[in-house]
Amino acid sequence: MTQHSATLAPPKFRPHLPVLPLFPLQPILKRIVRRIGAENPDMFNRLGPHTKARYLIDATNLPFTLLLQPDPENLSLTAHFRTSPPDHDARIAGKFLDLMRLLDSDIDGDALFFARDLIITGNTEAVVCLRNALDDVDGSIAQMVADMFGPLARAALARLRRVANKPVTKDTQ
Amino acid sequence: MTSPELVCPAGTPAALRTAVDAGADAVYCGFQNATNARNFPGLNFTVPELERSVAYAHAKGTKVLLAMNTYPPAGKQALWKDAIDTGIRLGVDAFIVADIGVAHYIATTYPDARLHLSVQAAASNPESIRYYCQEFGVKRVVLPRILTVPEIRNLAAEVPCEIETFIFGNHGLMVEGRCSLTNYITGLSTNLDGVCSPAAQVEYKRDNAGNLTTQLGEFTIDCFGCDETAGYPTICKGRYTTPAHDGGYYAFEEPISLNLSSLLPDLIGAGVHALKIEGRQRSRAYVKKVVSSFRKAVDDISSGRTAQLADLLALTEGQKETQGAFKSKTWR
Repeated sequence: MTQHSATLAPPKFRPHLPVLPLFPLQPILKRIVRRIGAENPDMFNRLGPHTKARYLIDATNLPFTLLLQPDPENLSLTAHFRTSPPDHDARIAGKFLDLMRLLDSDIDGDALFFARDLIITGNTEAVVCLRNALDDVDGSIAQMVADMFGPLARAALARLRRVANKPVTKDTQ
Repeated sequence: MTSPELVCPAGTPAALRTAVDAGADAVYCGFQNATNARNFPGLNFTVPELERSVAYAHAKGTKVLLAMNTYPPAGKQALWKDAIDTGIRLGVDAFIVADIGVAHYIATTYPDARLHLSVQAAASNPESIRYYCQEFGVKRVVLPRILTVPEIRNLAAEVPCEIETFIFGNHGLMVEGRCSLTNYITGLSTNLDGVCSPAAQVEYKRDNAGNLTTQLGEFTIDCFGCDETAGYPTICKGRYTTPAHDGGYYAFEEPISLNLSSLLPDLIGAGVHALKIEGRQRSRAYVKKVVSSFRKAVDDISSGRTAQLADLLALTEGQKETQGAFKSKTWR
């Protein structure tokens, strides 16, 4: 199944990120996804036939989306402006902090889905496989990413965790 | 008061380690094939993964129960026999079985192996349970979620085996193990040999107003308004239009989870030996939260303290919970 959305809903809230060109982000994303893949090679087995699937990771309050293709031969994670989302097979959408908490193994995806805070469209089986693959990675993927970039990144993650665990306010919605 | 065994789910090796570390007395899991009733894509254990997981659990004093709780189609028993042989080799502590052919193979080939009767066998009265005990040496029965606590107490006095009951998770009690609704809709297997609502046939559609429609195959299961909580895309939890009711109606079951936190003292007092948490398809975050919460509650009760019961509502299906038939036969 291939889906293409001409546009995605604009973010309701944008964190304090200036709108910058995305090209400086691309090598960082590439480094992140290749490191995690290299350190957790077994997780690809859980993807079954879906290693070529294109997953649109849509943090709905960010100005850009991410496209993940978890092909162990050509692992890819790229950023795309919300105004021109790429073709994809499945879309996983939610608030940035909720998606971060999923990668931090701090929150249950089904619970987010029940609460209607996680949106799944497209190839459901591919999404289930990706969820199970990521959930079998010991520890926190968010922490792994932070550790790659040193003390400032770790401090940023710690701050995000504090924000994520605060009671919901208007600012965090 | 005797402390019951806390039996916890694991869909992946990481979840198994999480359950062990959170205080599980036993963890149940299955292979990546039709031998277990949670044969979901990307879930479950390879043989090397189970071998390492058994070693991890045993090193920490936790048992591993291998779910072998499906029904082999006629003439295709080789997959089940091979899985049983492997489980014996890896040193699992018990097999959870439903099918009498599977039970017979274990009982005759490995007479020292411990057998638990799965909820998939739907054995709920003394006669049926005694049959499995006498014929196959079953040591424990996992009861269907259709009995009240007083009925469980009476049953415990009449059967020659341990009793295990669910205390948290899915509340699907449709003649458990015999449900063919998914097969009727998709033409594919059901719980009988390993999957309910195959994800490849599940589709979520969200309209511009935020309403969520869930479909299995060609059939719409439910349509959740933008301000409604959602449930799993299973036929038995669908909302349908029927001549008997105006508007959408949960004709079989509702999207709701079982939570027996407040009935734990009654269950333990009724002679229940093991308390089971459902959710092999759930995340490590779920396993950690639910297992640690019930570990503390069971320890409190066993020590004569009042249990501090954690709020688990956010983890329940549809963010709704029930004590189901355990409290009353008139829960709906």
